[in-house]
Amino acid sequence: MEKFGVSAVAIPDDTHLLPADAGAMRRQTLSNGWPRNPGMELDLSWVLDTRINLSSAERRVASLPGRRTVKKDAQAAWLLKAVTCIDLTTLNGDDTPERVKRLCAKAMNPVRLDILEALGMNRRAITTGAICVYHRYVTTAVEALGDSGIPVAAVSTGFPAGLSPHHLKVKEIEASVADGAKEIDIVITREHVLTGDWLALYREMQDYRAASGEAHVKAILATGDLKTLRNVARASLVCMMAGADFIKTSTGKEGVNATLGVTLAMLRMIRAYEERTGFKVGYKPAGGISAAKDILNYQFLMKDELGREWLEPDLFRIGASSLLADIERQLEHHVTGAYSALNRHPIG
Amino acid sequence: MTVADYFDEMSYGPAPEADIEARTWLARHASGFGHFINGTFVPSASGRSFDTFEPATGNLLARLASGDKADVDNAVGAARKAQTLWAKLPGHARARHLYALARTIQRHARLIAVVEAIDNGKPIRETRDIDVPLAARHFYHHAGWAQIQETEFADHLPVGVVGQIIPWNFPFLMLAWKVAPALALGNTVVLKPAEFTSLTALLFAELAATAGLPAGVLNIVTGEGETGAHIVEHGDVDKIAFTGSTEVGRIIRERTAGSGKSLTLELGGKSPFIVFDDADIDGAVEGVVDAIWFNQGQVCCAGSRLLVQEGIADLFHKRLKRRMQTLRVGQPLDKCIDMGAIVAPVQLDRIEALVKQGVADGAALHQAKIEMPKGGSFYPPTLLSGVQPTSIVATEEIFGPVAVSMTFRTPEEAIQLANHSRYGLAASVWSETIGLALNVAAKLVAGVVWVNATNLFDASAGFGGKRESGFGREGGREGCYEYLKPKAWLGRKLRALPNLPELKAVSGDFALSTIDRTAKLFIGGKQARPDGNYSRAIVSPKGRKIGEVGEGNRKDIRNAVAAAQSATAWSSATAHNRAQILYYIAENLSGRADEFADRIGTMSGTSAAAAKAEVDASISRLFTYGAWADKFEGVVHTPPLRGVALAMPEPLGVVGVICPPEAPLLGFISLVAPLIATGNRVVAVPSEPYPLAATDLYSILETSDVPAGVVNIVTGSAGELAKTLAAHNDVDALWAFGTTELSTMVEMLSAGNLKRTFVDYGALTDWMDRAAGEGALFLRRAVDVKNIWIPYGE
Repeated sequence: MEKFGVSAVAIPDDTHLLPADAGAMRRQTLSNGWPRNPGMELDLSWVLDTRINLSSAERRVASLPGRRTVKKDAQAAWLLKAVTCIDLTTLNGDDTPERVKRLCAKAMNPVRLDILEALGMNRRAITTGAICVYHRYVTTAVEALGDSGIPVAAVSTGFPAGLSPHHLKVKEIEASVADGAKEIDIVITREHVLTGDWLALYREMQDYRAASGEAHVKAILATGDLKTLRNVARASLVCMMAGADFIKTSTGKEGVNATLGVTLAMLRMIRAYEERTGFKVGYKPAGGISAAKDILNYQFLMKDELGREWLEPDLFRIGASSLLADIERQLEHHVTGAYSALNRHPIG
Repeated sequence: MTVADYFDEMSYGPAPEADIEARTWLARHASGFGHFINGTFVPSASGRSFDTFEPATGNLLARLASGDKADVDNAVGAARKAQTLWAKLPGHARARHLYALARTIQRHARLIAVVEAIDNGKPIRETRDIDVPLAARHFYHHAGWAQIQETEFADHLPVGVVGQIIPWNFPFLMLAWKVAPALALGNTVVLKPAEFTSLTALLFAELAATAGLPAGVLNIVTGEGETGAHIVEHGDVDKIAFTGSTEVGRIIRERTAGSGKSLTLELGGKSPFIVFDDADIDGAVEGVVDAIWFNQGQVCCAGSRLLVQEGIADLFHKRLKRRMQTLRVGQPLDKCIDMGAIVAPVQLDRIEALVKQGVADGAALHQAKIEMPKGGSFYPPTLLSGVQPTSIVATEEIFGPVAVSMTFRTPEEAIQLANHSRYGLAASVWSETIGLALNVAAKLVAGVVWVNATNLFDASAGFGGKRESGFGREGGREGCYEYLKPKAWLGRKLRALPNLPELKAVSGDFALSTIDRTAKLFIGGKQARPDGNYSRAIVSPKGRKIGEVGEGNRKDIRNAVAAAQSATAWSSATAHNRAQILYYIAENLSGRADEFADRIGTMSGTSAAAAKAEVDASISRLFTYGAWADKFEGVVHTPPLRGVALAMPEPLGVVGVICPPEAPLLGFISLVAPLIATGNRVVAVPSEPYPLAATDLYSILETSDVPAGVVNIVTGSAGELAKTLAAHNDVDALWAFGTTELSTMVEMLSAGNLKRTFVDYGALTDWMDRAAGEGALFLRRAVDVKNIWIPYGE
């Protein structure tokens, strides 16, 4: 288990957790030291050989909730783990700096301390995985988060449609990185997938990776636009070949966002990519996951399809805005035995 | 484990399903369960009982009544008494009862699911999400058949009292599969659950009584094999429906031979799971999980024989082994497992012994290195790869969580390996190319084929096997017929056998004699001299010799079967082509109608008018089957999934036909024509006393473009030739009309390869009556329905 940073960090029992301590710890916990995916040559035959049978995929995810469940303390632990993987997100036209600051405060204190104490988890630095905002608010978020160690992710490349001029999209990434974004969530040009122009997709993604430099790149496939699992699987592969650190389902703006079926298709591609190259690529479902019981199913799928490593924030992120509130309620219920209410937990 | 421990390990904790209700129910019956006879629970007449145990712990679970002959007599008596009234109820009234049973199952679904998991050892996920919902669905679906029975099956009646014997692997679901259609269509039931797993049947009896099911309609007698034997051999049972091992199925076939009991057998399998190199490999790997690690592999249609295209075999096995590592084996009531306990220690021993043998035969053993529960009967997910067809594990049903795997090179080889089995229950085909998948599905010898799927079941789609996997279908319209009998055959009388006249020696005279004609046998499209080179005289009622026919023997049957086996093109010929040939036979027969009428009159002494009527009826009958050839179609079932299940009638293969002694031409045509219309190849033994109408047909068959080997005719002793045909393991079915002894012998000897039989128990069919002598009654018996499940979507 020493591979997983959280348990490896020893904290003296009597130390009251200070934000500074938390920051020091976060920097360790965010990475388990897996080498970054360098990408590979575009292997078109592999891309075109890739097939996903929809009915079979549906059966797998349909039977999953009957095959896996966690109860009581295990459930609380899994939900807390999910909290550490959330990219707490605001991506709205009416965002303002104060709104972003409020979100950052929540990211640093996602669960009430008394609940964490009751769970025996108050000495663990429980924060969300990241804050996810538009480029305009990167500096605001970086300042607000201070030395908490929580990275700022910027959506980029003409989010959400991704149809701005290519050179501007590259510039946008560079600007966000310059402002302190540690993670860049890019959107792919769906046209390349829908017309089967895999080379164009590959080159686009390569450019984004290059522009991101040290910042990690999450490739948003906009699976709701790609429609078929075959498209999703092939786009996943091409983006990984071009050096994506994460593949991500959705902008949250498509008609259909993250689903377990799409997740299964993408996880299988991540697995196949590791099988072939040895590199681990992360996964981020986004949009539509708002209930605690839903995120557990995603976690089961991560664990069973990819393995234990993929339950940590360096390989698993959840793009969500209202999920945290439901998890808080569930955790309080676990602690008190009484059902909770939203207004008992600070707003984010 | 603290929250922090779980947070670090991210392991699954225990997630037990509450069993308080189930244990309370068991405690209420702590003094022992009785049989359910005539609406009440009664102890065994003998007072004897036996114990049943919990597979996951080995603990005593309950005491069950041990049924003997007296109990079975009482149950059958109650069922008989109730049957008249039950059958008399309007379909709508029976529909209400079945609907009530469906609703009752749904209301008590969790209790049934928990009791089932405890009793059988299977995971609560399966009982809760699969077994019990499917059982409820079965009652709903068949409530519908009861409702529309009067119009949809207007020319049929219920069979009567049905004895049903069900296995331990799906105790409640198999009860539903058996009981729902039987009751829906007006039969009453005596059911024996498996001795390991009787509890949900008894729970169901309780629920059915409170749901208002009339007394005697459903009777349940618990016990071991002996109890089942009493049901099988009971003189007042009209039908036996059995699901279980091929070994026991064969015994039941023998013990019911000649009894007139209708019989359906759903037996074992060694079903192939074929993965082509263009399959969704991860999807197929997941399919294996559903195929062989469903219900601990204790599934008759388990995809236990993996056939993987050689080019992807390494990758496939690598991914399969990886998947095996994430399977969880645990307590049946744990909601976080994939596999529970093996039903009983004796089964565990059998699995262990077979795997050991497989390894000794050279297979590579891989077992998931996962945490196994302590105590109880548990066995890990197991893969035997590199298995050679010569190994016992490649041919025998293991009935446990053990997949055996081998490779193939081409689709042809996949089909060959898949079909190279004594069984023919189910098959699974994985390919993303529709042409390949459907082509293979059509060529597999199996009652059920799943394309890119496995172990899908629904009440609307018939389930059942080919070859030694048994006969009959359960579910759908095809399954309804198994619980019905045709009205047209009611009141058939035992036939009086013709008195064969003695040959009177008559000297010839000096007038110009007719040219001597030699009727040989007709084998492989050629007239062949009988192997033994003996002939038998055919004598007119006046004692005059009117011809001689070859005395066929075993070797002639062997040759005829070989010829029929090689005429495979007929089974894949177009229906239009088969229709054309049937019409052409009729055309050529009509050109020689007078000659055939004379021959019939001379042989049997019937009036010229009757003989002419028989020829005319024969011509008409050929037209009937020419008409049906391209109209006896399958249906598209609509099970609840995005996709279809194609119910395709398929020829049985090579069918032996023992023609009735009467109606020398019409009897022959009435049996052979429906068989060849549906694509079978036939070895026919014509009317023993009057074979010349059939031998006269040789030249007609030759001139009517009937391909060689499609119709083979061997004259001689019906009884002797039937014996060879019945015991022949390369004959797929045998139709035999004649004496009661003939029926008994045919049914008895057919047990060898469990060939389908169609006999008349000596009852005389009026071949001139179109209702009794032609049409769907015969066509349905000339085919097996194969259900091809095709889920779709992109």
